[in-house]
Amino acid sequence: MKSLAELQAIRDKMKNAINVRESDGDKIRVVVGMATCGIAAGARPVLNSFTEEVAKRGLSNVSVSQTGCIGICQYEPVVEVFMPDGGKTTYVKMTAEKAVRVVNDHLVNGNVVSEYTIGSVAK
Amino acid sequence: MMPELSLNVLDIVQNSVKAKASLISISVLKDTQQRELSISIKDNGCGMTKEQVTRVVDPFYTTRTTRKVGLGVPFFKLSAELTGGRFHIESEPGIGTEISAVYCYEHIDMMPLGDMASTMVSLISVNPDIDFVYTYKKDGQGFALDTREVKTILEGLPVNSNEVLSFIRQYIEENEEEMEEPSN
Repeated sequence: MKSLAELQAIRDKMKNAINVRESDGDKIRVVVGMATCGIAAGARPVLNSFTEEVAKRGLSNVSVSQTGCIGICQYEPVVEVFMPDGGKTTYVKMTAEKAVRVVNDHLVNGNVVSEYTIGSVAK
Repeated sequence: MMPELSLNVLDIVQNSVKAKASLISISVLKDTQQRELSISIKDNGCGMTKEQVTRVVDPFYTTRTTRKVGLGVPFFKLSAELTGGRFHIESEPGIGTEISAVYCYEHIDMMPLGDMASTMVSLISVNPDIDFVYTYKKDGQGFALDTREVKTILEGLPVNSNEVLSFIRQYIEENEEEMEEPSN
């Protein structure tokens, strides 16, 4: 049976890694809708994909969080990206694969993935 | 309806998060004698009044303002009742809420439990300040994951860092698998 003992080794490894922390002020916020509508439409793999991809790329300026229903249930899973300059992008009908592309194109390189946004889907 | 019960759990726990719970216990208990699976979610959040408790199973009751229906609890209740099981909810303002669903798991309409590891990882990753206890037991034998214990071991390092989350995922997956081996 797997036990918590392994966690001690993980902790020691983490302690040795150099941690560079940036201030919370200029953070990019990724918010995943996790109400009944979002969860039923597949928000769980989307959330986990964002968390994993952000960690894999070491993006310390990105925080991933959740929110409830924002009222556009037919477009779930919905993800909102808030940039430090106040800009907001709403991505709709998300999947785990689309999440990886949003991290790479938008969060890393600053290019909004326009074909996933509500503006292009809701036409 | 949700395609797997672990998604119902994820959904129901959102109510506990909204209720400002600091400790949320989720347990999955399998009884092979009775052929029943019970899932319960208990929190120490703000709780509900008697009137709210009676209304919460009504799909047209919700506290939210963005839409007029609330399907979380009705879905969970239905998922159990479809298998010939039962559903129970108990709450007290200021103390907390406990919701439990019992399934006759051999019934044709039984949904699979599904990926509980993903549900727990999702919950811990976005709610690092809430403590979660996940217990899985088969005929009284099982394992538990208590984020209070995890946090003690971590000595202040973030519980929602990727290394820790992937450990938690493996811990739940491997131990659940072990419990379900035919030799047990």
